[in-house]
Amino acid sequence: MSQFLDRLQFFKKKTGEFADGHGETTNESRQWEDSYRQRWQHDKIVRSTHGVNCTGSCSWKVYVKNGLVTWETQQTDYPRTRPDLPNHEPRGCPRGASYSWYIYSANRLKYPKVRKPLMKLWREARASMEPVEAWASIVENKDKATSYKSKRGMGGFVRSSWDEVNEIIAAANVYTTKTFGPDRVVGFSPIPAMSMVSYAAGARYLSLIGGVCLSFYDWYCDLPPASPQIWGEQTDVPESADWYNSNYLIAWGSNVPQTRTPDAHFFTEVRYKGAKTVSITPDYAEVSKLTDEWLNPKQGSDAALGMAFGHVILREFHLDNPSEYFTQYVRQYTDFPMLVTLDKYDADSLKPGRFLRASDLAGNLGQDNNPEWKTIGINESNGELVSPQGSIGYRWGEKGKWNIEEREGKEGRDTKLQLTLIGGDVSAIAFPHFAADDTNKHWVSCEHDEVQVRNVPTKTITDADGNEIVVATVYDLMMANYGLDRGLGGGGVARNYDDDVPGTPAWQEKITGVSRDKVIKVAREFADTADKTHGKAMILVGAAMNHWYHMDMNYRGLINMVMMCGCVGQSGGGWAHYVGQEKLRPQTGWQPLAFGLDWSRPPRQMNGTSFFYNHSSQWRHETVSMHEVLSPLADKSEFPEHTLDYNIKAERLGWLPSAPQLNRNPLQLCKDADAAGMEPKDFAVQELKNGNLKFACEAPDSPENFPRNLFVWRSNLLGSSGKGHEYMLHYLLGTKNGLMSEDLGKTGGFKPEEVEWVDDGATGKLDLVTTLDFRMSSTCMFSDIVLPTATWYEKDDLNTSDMHPFIHPLSTAVDPAWEAKSDWEIYKGIAKKFSEVAVGHLGVEKDFVTVPMLHDTPGELAQPFDVMDWKKGECELIPGETAPNMAVVERDYPNTYKKFTSLGPLLDKLGNGGKGINWNTDDEIMLLGDLNHRNTDEGVSEGRPIIETAIDAAETVLTFAPETNGNVAVKAWAALSEFTGRDHTHLATPKHEEKIRFRDIQAQPRKIISSPTWSGLEDEHVSYTAGYTNVHELIPWRTITGRQQFFQDHKWMSAFGEQMVSYRPPVNTKTIDKVKGSNENGNKEIVLNWITPHQKWGIHSTYSDNLLMLTLSRGGPIIWMSEVDAAEAGIEDNDWIEVFNANGSISCRAVVSQRVRQGMVMMYHAQERIVNVPGSEMTGTRGGHHNSVTRVIMKPTHMIGGYAQQAWGFNYYGTVGCNRDEFVVVRKMNKVDWLDGPAGGDALPRPLPTNPDQA
Amino acid sequence: MSNLNFLLFGIYPYVAILILLVASWIRFDREPYTWKADSSQSFNKQGFRLASNLFHVGVLFILMGHFVGLLMPEAIYHHFISTSNKQILAMVSGGFFGVLCLIGLLMLIKRRLTDDRVRANSKTSDIVVLFLLLIQLVLGLLTIFSSMNHLDGSVMVMLGHWAQSIVTFQGAQAAAAIEPVGILYKLHVFFGLTLLVVFPFTRLVHIISAPVWYLGRRYQIVRQR
Repeated sequence: MSQFLDRLQFFKKKTGEFADGHGETTNESRQWEDSYRQRWQHDKIVRSTHGVNCTGSCSWKVYVKNGLVTWETQQTDYPRTRPDLPNHEPRGCPRGASYSWYIYSANRLKYPKVRKPLMKLWREARASMEPVEAWASIVENKDKATSYKSKRGMGGFVRSSWDEVNEIIAAANVYTTKTFGPDRVVGFSPIPAMSMVSYAAGARYLSLIGGVCLSFYDWYCDLPPASPQIWGEQTDVPESADWYNSNYLIAWGSNVPQTRTPDAHFFTEVRYKGAKTVSITPDYAEVSKLTDEWLNPKQGSDAALGMAFGHVILREFHLDNPSEYFTQYVRQYTDFPMLVTLDKYDADSLKPGRFLRASDLAGNLGQDNNPEWKTIGINESNGELVSPQGSIGYRWGEKGKWNIEEREGKEGRDTKLQLTLIGGDVSAIAFPHFAADDTNKHWVSCEHDEVQVRNVPTKTITDADGNEIVVATVYDLMMANYGLDRGLGGGGVARNYDDDVPGTPAWQEKITGVSRDKVIKVAREFADTADKTHGKAMILVGAAMNHWYHMDMNYRGLINMVMMCGCVGQSGGGWAHYVGQEKLRPQTGWQPLAFGLDWSRPPRQMNGTSFFYNHSSQWRHETVSMHEVLSPLADKSEFPEHTLDYNIKAERLGWLPSAPQLNRNPLQLCKDADAAGMEPKDFAVQELKNGNLKFACEAPDSPENFPRNLFVWRSNLLGSSGKGHEYMLHYLLGTKNGLMSEDLGKTGGFKPEEVEWVDDGATGKLDLVTTLDFRMSSTCMFSDIVLPTATWYEKDDLNTSDMHPFIHPLSTAVDPAWEAKSDWEIYKGIAKKFSEVAVGHLGVEKDFVTVPMLHDTPGELAQPFDVMDWKKGECELIPGETAPNMAVVERDYPNTYKKFTSLGPLLDKLGNGGKGINWNTDDEIMLLGDLNHRNTDEGVSEGRPIIETAIDAAETVLTFAPETNGNVAVKAWAALSEFTGRDHTHLATPKHEEKIRFRDIQAQPRKIISSPTWSGLEDEHVSYTAGYTNVHELIPWRTITGRQQFFQDHKWMSAFGEQMVSYRPPVNTKTIDKVKGSNENGNKEIVLNWITPHQKWGIHSTYSDNLLMLTLSRGGPIIWMSEVDAAEAGIEDNDWIEVFNANGSISCRAVVSQRVRQGMVMMYHAQERIVNVPGSEMTGTRGGHHNSVTRVIMKPTHMIGGYAQQAWGFNYYGTVGCNRDEFVVVRKMNKVDWLDGPAGGDALPRPLPTNPDQA
Repeated sequence: MSNLNFLLFGIYPYVAILILLVASWIRFDREPYTWKADSSQSFNKQGFRLASNLFHVGVLFILMGHFVGLLMPEAIYHHFISTSNKQILAMVSGGFFGVLCLIGLLMLIKRRLTDDRVRANSKTSDIVVLFLLLIQLVLGLLTIFSSMNHLDGSVMVMLGHWAQSIVTFQGAQAAAAIEPVGILYKLHVFFGLTLLVVFPFTRLVHIISAPVWYLGRRYQIVRQR
């Protein structure tokens, strides 16, 4: 009754004794225990997950009490899979378990905010002008514009209202669209799979107004270009449960327990049934302690290790004692038997050219359709040249022969392709050897010649013109490439593993530091396991391998291993790349919603890396000449030095997209065409040819080519993922930065030939930066407008992963706190205001859209042989063939909101599809209309299915995707069957009537339905694994040969020495010399390699400003370094240090540890700048984040387009933003200056001001 | 006898005790989780142990001394000690422990005001209490000097009568007993009563929840209900 009265029982409290008086029983009140019970009582549990970063895609129980989210725990109700497989659950990790901290933390964004000087200018202007004029009056006045741009990143926000911010954004978008073009309105958001509707919200708005979505996967450098090169597939990997089906697992640069925490149990469990595990990491990573063997090659030298593994496997399992399984596998499923032409290199030797095509042979070898895209092999039984079915020429223009049955394509006769030509002629072939490069002292070079001439079996044939040409099989070329002696004489090959010949275990020992015995042992065990189990050996690979400039070599090194051993497409086998990819399983259902394909096509999309390289002027500071990257076999005079020249050419030839697109407003272009009385396409061709019209990338410093408005949502672009961060601050934002490098005008370096060089590079290009977030991230700090969005427990959304086969939701456990709104509602609000503000400025307009030749469209067959440039007069300008496709899209600007909130009619007309197939989707349009109801408002949306809420949007995705609607799956497989001539519908018919709805997945995660969008199966009998349907359904890989490719034959691949795998040392970024010793503080400066792996205490499901996680680590930014390096620099554990190079500077503390390899320093990436970051002694401004010392360096081979698998796709192929070749100076700090303002000045916390004058 | 004297020393003591009892009870029942010492030791340990121990040793002795000295009737203590000797004992021991307490208290005040973390985590009441204690302690120490003038213990006896009258519910007699003593003593008594008033609203409540039971408890206690 009363706590006090209940305690008044001094004389009757004790009721007994026990244990010889050591204990006593009492009758004290136990009411106080209720408070502990109440601690765990709650009103409801809602299913949600963590929505941007993490591939984990773990379903969580979110607990709500008194209307507040209190905590979260792991869900344990995943559907069971099979009796022999451990359960998926419980999935989750400490990062996810700490997420609810954000919702009510001080760092939560509560109200829409605007940068103070801008707010002031806007309110002044708006007092007398309508919105668009008001915006124009601000940005067209240089002083006014500079006054707020120069304050970006320096605090000073004023609380605004949704009405006001929507009006500013809408006015800016309308002004920009009208004045410069819609392609100057740009948006960046990553990883749609993790919250598809939230991504789609912004993407739908941008796509409807003609704005640009930037890709992220390549920009993050998580896209492994080797995958599209080898398979024509972005990235397809086994689910983590498939690890359990494996018998030999190598974790190569993939730190499974740390970065794939919810999946790691499969890695452990499989060891209980006898699987062997090996880790390959330069440092003693968490995964190293989990595995039976640990190999620690020098960072960046993995490809050398891969060469040696391949050397052993080829020697023992293909040459000396061939595995029957391997031989048959490589014959049918890889390009090993394909013939390659050999070109003259010098007087004595040849060099590999390109795949022999049907068009090279007399009468096109009987092929009328696409003979230039049909590769050739030799039929072993009769020695005749045949065009095997399944090459990409069979994919387009004919039906039924695009499969990889062992048949030739003319009459369908059975064939058995010949792997080797040994026993006939032998030719000397030149191979590039890059490890000979000794210009960079940080890497081991070897004394072998940079050109290795090796003897290869060849055959001479007669081509269509009657000339004799020499050809070799890929199999024979690869044996020579790996340095294997086959008794053909000549140099550069080895019989013995101990020979110091490029490719041998002994040779790699010098480069990687790993003992040859270990390499031989692991290679032998791996291949032996694969041989005995028919491919159940797997390599897990992570960002550690992909973030190097020569990532393709690292990847091809290990992918070659799994191809040689017949692992790809087999349960428990293959490669497993888990880096930021996060499979958007219902992709084809989502695309119409996200990119507005229901209203207009094509959407505007741009590859992020080229965009940022170009528009943040990182090219103005280029230090790496492409001549350093070219193959020693290439003629350097044919190639420019500057990377931007390659990118410009790639845009011009229709390989890469361009945004901003042309140097003229695309709306204006259509008006000009009308005025000239021409079709816009013809007009553009004419203007391009006569030079009146140019690509925007040719003059990035001209104001008409600037990107003007930037939206960032679900991303920390300016606090983490922005490579070349300081360049972005300087050029894109025009604010304070720590850049210490001078541009090419001042250094006198090589400039791009195709760019109009301007001495004063343009700064402050962006007029408006708008960021949506739920926390005050670094990106918000740099934005002009910050919009508070719902957290992951406050919105309805969809979530899938490549790590497991389930789809499950994010759900609204509580309404968004304070004034926050979900991304869907925010963009809907912006669309509404935009539609109002546009009236009088924009009506129904024609928009001229250029699109590159896309992968999985007939356009991928554009340029079969030489690289021809219309601008240089080498060919005609033909849109879609020698230049980008050009399309005119109608934009009905005042109806943007109506379009946003309803399903458009284009799906009725054009159907739906993806990855090259298409199906009628009328059933689904009907279903969605019945489900979401139909619009009754007059106008464009009348009678159309409604997409008003986020749940409506989720239902749209679920209805149209084959993965979540069995009816669509059956149609999709039937559509693919037409291409392959084989019936695949049996894969979906058992689930024909299954329809997964949003409320279904809120009740329990659902396993998705198998669909031809993906190369694996989701069924009752097999775990999802990549390439499964290629191997078991004989669907070709989407490459030129239709098979997995060891050999790449594009001209540029050959020029850059990447026809075949080899070890290439990291490139020299030259960022140290100018700054080392330039501003000494008395402490020793040492130079270390800059490695930025995934961390343990942040990223993925949460961020590094989470107090709970900071408490578990060191409470702020840190780097890890080895004891030896630390001792050399006089650094002790926890010392404040500075890390810098010409790109910028970072101030943080040092963790000194034995686990780190000497010569490298690790900064876990994405550590926020906003927590515990003092000033830098080098720059005088606050220290940056891990990307403050990086700058994007691009690779021309990633720009290749219009060439089968090497054709651009959004987030699919393209330039990637690598960052691990970078070096930094590490130095102990003398004085830690927190750069705090005057006491009492702007000290926090304080209420957010609402009046800019008082702020 | 002035009305003011009666109000302050005849009535105020009962008001103070009533507030102490009722408010404490209400707080104990309604806000049990606020009933705590609110130690700031976790914010900064430096010098804390010394300061806190000096203060607590001093204050505990002083409190005990006041309790015994004021409430023990002359008839009892005359068996052990004479009035004048008792006063000298009180002055010497009280002076010694008072100084210990003062040093500790000053250190604690400095720490509470100047240490950023402690200051930021201080409630107004935490600071007010420290200054109330300081005033009270300084007043008490000053009485030692004025007591030098009457070493016969006469004032001490008057104060004893006041206290004993209060606890025996003789307000008028109590007020009369204290009327002749000096202003210093009266201020000291007034602030002492005021400390009782603030007691339930501050961290002082921890005084009566000191876990002394622990010294004699069994190893294991099983609550049955």
